[in-house]
Amino acid sequence: MSTLRFDLQLQHSSFVLNARCELPARGVIGVFGHSGSGKTTLLRCLAGLEQARGQVQLGDTLWQDTDRAFRTVQQRRVGFVFQTPRLFPHLSVRANLQYGFARTPQHEQHVHWERTIKALGLTGLLDRRVPGLSAGEQQRVAIARALLSSPRLLLMDEPLAALDVKRKREILPFIRRVAVEFGIPVVFVSHSLQELLHVADALVLLDQGTVVAAGEIDSVLTQLPLLGYLGDTVGCVLEARVAAHEPEHGLTRLECHGQALWVPQRDMAIEQPQRVFVTARNVSIALQPVAVPFSVLNVLTATVVEIGAVSADGAAVYVKLDVGAPLLASITRKSLTLLNLRVGQRVYAYVKAVSLEHEL
Amino acid sequence: MDFTPLWLTLQLATTTTAVLIAIGTPLAWWLARTRTRAKPVIEALVALPLVLPPTVLGFYLLLAFGPHGWIGSGWQHISGSALSFTFSGLLIASVIYSLPFVVQPLQTAFAAVGRDVLEAAWCLRASPFDAFRTVVLPLAARGYLTAAILGFTHTLGEFGVVLMVGGNIPGQTQVLSIVIYDHVESLDYATAHTLSLGLLVFSFMVLTVVYALNRRAGLRML
Repeated sequence: MSTLRFDLQLQHSSFVLNARCELPARGVIGVFGHSGSGKTTLLRCLAGLEQARGQVQLGDTLWQDTDRAFRTVQQRRVGFVFQTPRLFPHLSVRANLQYGFARTPQHEQHVHWERTIKALGLTGLLDRRVPGLSAGEQQRVAIARALLSSPRLLLMDEPLAALDVKRKREILPFIRRVAVEFGIPVVFVSHSLQELLHVADALVLLDQGTVVAAGEIDSVLTQLPLLGYLGDTVGCVLEARVAAHEPEHGLTRLECHGQALWVPQRDMAIEQPQRVFVTARNVSIALQPVAVPFSVLNVLTATVVEIGAVSADGAAVYVKLDVGAPLLASITRKSLTLLNLRVGQRVYAYVKAVSLEHEL
Repeated sequence: MDFTPLWLTLQLATTTTAVLIAIGTPLAWWLARTRTRAKPVIEALVALPLVLPPTVLGFYLLLAFGPHGWIGSGWQHISGSALSFTFSGLLIASVIYSLPFVVQPLQTAFAAVGRDVLEAAWCLRASPFDAFRTVVLPLAARGYLTAAILGFTHTLGEFGVVLMVGGNIPGQTQVLSIVIYDHVESLDYATAHTLSLGLLVFSFMVLTVVYALNRRAGLRML
């Protein structure tokens, strides 16, 4: 399988990028970091828009190797979706889309024109002028324009940052489809973990210009020592599929590693795969099943896998559970003492169904 | 009425503008993008003709153009003829004299286009030249119009520099502004009036068009 490998060093006046990583080049690779962590710089170096020292390689093709080789941005054949759409204001939507398409030799064109226009809902916009488009429409055009140049790698720099929640929901699924349907690996930069949890297969965690961790998203997000980098949205993703709907209560029952998980109704067909983001704060732990009537609907049998270090100032501690997949719980130090939790212990994880709304 | 000075003036202004666009494009492009510390010095050099008395400029050009001047001697060596008091000399002088009127609007226009759309074009496989031609040029079109019109009209009105390096040779270097001066000198106010008014109305109309265009574009080029 082809991989994306980079080992880059770049020094700006007050910022040092020293990022090294190797990941399978497929699906969506999320890059997470706080502002100033070097996400955009990393992406620009991968594109060749900025010349860093070090190496970049995609599959068998060496894109750069200090002093020996440097492929220009044109030679790398990357697609780039910037934070702002950067459409050409003097051209119509159609001409914007054709810009890269027409410059792609026919034998390299593997992104179909009609299909892309349809997938991004641009059919009615083709003859419009750029200044008249809404922000969401412009960003969709920008994504399609990048796609239509049949890139070997699509780089996306917070493409949803300027959009409201409704537009985000509209565009996020497209980004997954790009990777899956068109077979183009995507590097997706974001400072929003929720966004990444919706689209990413792998995650690169960036802090002060350095790759802190990289790997499959579930494995990265459930490493207790890394949680400090993530901010307040710590949690994990459970892969599930739709088992049944209960419209009279507005609920959907998912099946998740052999256990039932109730979530607010999701309009998806039975058997459809679903991702559920469970925030660590919303997971409670009990030693016995609660015997009295209890409002929390979801109870998952679990095993304690790891107990995180207790920070000196914090009242909370992270506990990593296994419910067939990793699940994180955030509980107080007091509870940890009361329950006397130990690794390997069998416990019950309670998750409120209403906390499992779509995060976006 | 003798139309030779008029044709000569138009010929000079047109050629000067063409040369200035050709030279000004790379210069303005470089100035709009460079981060070199020498930038203020280069910008000041380009802007110098805006503030210098034309006679000062003309004086130094006269020295440089002479058979022993550093431009003139080279020219003599190549072409076998002198540079001062010729149309070619006048052309070079006009180019220098009107340089800021072309470079500054172009630089402003290029800066307004910015690096962002250019990078977008590169990421869509356009070579740097291709991106310049298909993205920067159309977006800077209004800047080009302003530059061309200002360069043209400014050359029309030059007097001091012409007098110093061109002299007053009919069909060679005798341009409109010099002819007007001659008519005034010989107290032929009627002819001077006709020519002056023509130049005044023409210049006013051209500038009105430029400012109207700039206003519609929402940004002023100069």
